[in-house]
Amino acid sequence: MPKCSFFLVLILMQRGSFIFTLMETQTQLSFIRKILDQVSDPEIPILTISDLGILRSVEEENGIYVITITPTFTGCPAMRVIEENIVEVMAQEGISNFRVQTVLAPAWTTDWMSEEGKIKLAAYGIAPPSSSTEDHLKAMISGNKKQVECPFCKSNNTKLTSAFGSTACKALHFCDECCQPFEEFKCH
Amino acid sequence: MTKQEALFEYCLRLGDTALILGQRISEWCGHAPMLEEDIAMSNIALDHIGQARIILSYACEVESKGRKEDDLAYHRDARQYRNLLLAEQPNGDFGMTICRQYFISVYNFHLYTQLSKSSDASLAAYAAKSLKEVAYHVRHSHDWVLRLGDGTAESKARMQNAVDDLWFYVDDIFEADEVDDILLKDNIAADMKEIKSQWEKTVAATLAQAGLKMPEIKSQMRMGSRKGNHTEHLGYILAEMQFLPRAYPDAAW
Repeated sequence: MPKCSFFLVLILMQRGSFIFTLMETQTQLSFIRKILDQVSDPEIPILTISDLGILRSVEEENGIYVITITPTFTGCPAMRVIEENIVEVMAQEGISNFRVQTVLAPAWTTDWMSEEGKIKLAAYGIAPPSSSTEDHLKAMISGNKKQVECPFCKSNNTKLTSAFGSTACKALHFCDECCQPFEEFKCH
Repeated sequence: MTKQEALFEYCLRLGDTALILGQRISEWCGHAPMLEEDIAMSNIALDHIGQARIILSYACEVESKGRKEDDLAYHRDARQYRNLLLAEQPNGDFGMTICRQYFISVYNFHLYTQLSKSSDASLAAYAAKSLKEVAYHVRHSHDWVLRLGDGTAESKARMQNAVDDLWFYVDDIFEADEVDDILLKDNIAADMKEIKSQWEKTVAATLAQAGLKMPEIKSQMRMGSRKGNHTEHLGYILAEMQFLPRAYPDAAW
């Protein structure tokens, strides 16, 4: 019996320290996520890489923090700057045991944009992605036109000027109500 | 030919077509008929260059000889390039550019749809990612084929001329060889016969809608890109594209 409880205590202690380590790692990971919130998209600075869904995960792997990012568009020139900025903010916090990896799958989609990000975009004067990726693909194939709300006057009386804009992720629209050109963050 | 060699070759075909087409379209930068189109052309070119970088990097990984994407782009000659003959054809007038883009984009759309289910995870990821961009390219070039084909007598004549001229390079798109056979066995590559019939169906519908005639050319089709037999245009593209890294081998951004 005493032998038994000795082991029980040992097991409980081990489990306790395991849970403690787990909690410590969790705190550290959410701390790193907070640091990474300082990294914004170089082309749309009001959005963080987390808002955009570019930051896929922060994990711990044998004492190394693995920061996983995914490109929005294959040719997005901002990816390299984003990676450099991640390295910079991590260095500022004195964290060096990390690496940044880029993954392609699953392919980035605007469905991953946070609700907070969409509100920030509209306030910035860029119409947020107006439909889910699935609806968007259907519209692309059927050739149907979709409604995009003007970020300035909220009218739906708008038309597409060009599906390609100043950056890979934006399309050009014109509002017939307030006669303003505006950009839309493209569904992808 | 080993499976590894076949996969390397297959990646070159995808990557070189993206690279050369991207390089070609970027020639419009600052010269397109209107500002929106100038921006659209540059965007599409950027998509293609981005796609080329991913798949050529993967080709290097498959090859495992320590080469990098830039080595493939800047230090191979025309005979070692595997891009579609169609991709290297000159921009011509705007109708010619649109027609070339439409033909290749429809091909890419069906190709990448199939490849996104490839048993090779990297190829599948690349295809699924690129497909989203290609959908925009198809939509854009399709809309222009309709607008020009169904436009004025002048625009219709130019569009028909582009279709007729570029038709000679259509069979080259779908030529399948040993590389396809090896990779098809393991469900890595796409089935060119299937892609060809899908392509013909899509293109026929658009041309009919645009009031354009589908050419009935059966002979003198130009082929050979799979073996590196290109038209004379590729050498000029490479001369311009490769000049700097060849003249100044250590140059870096």
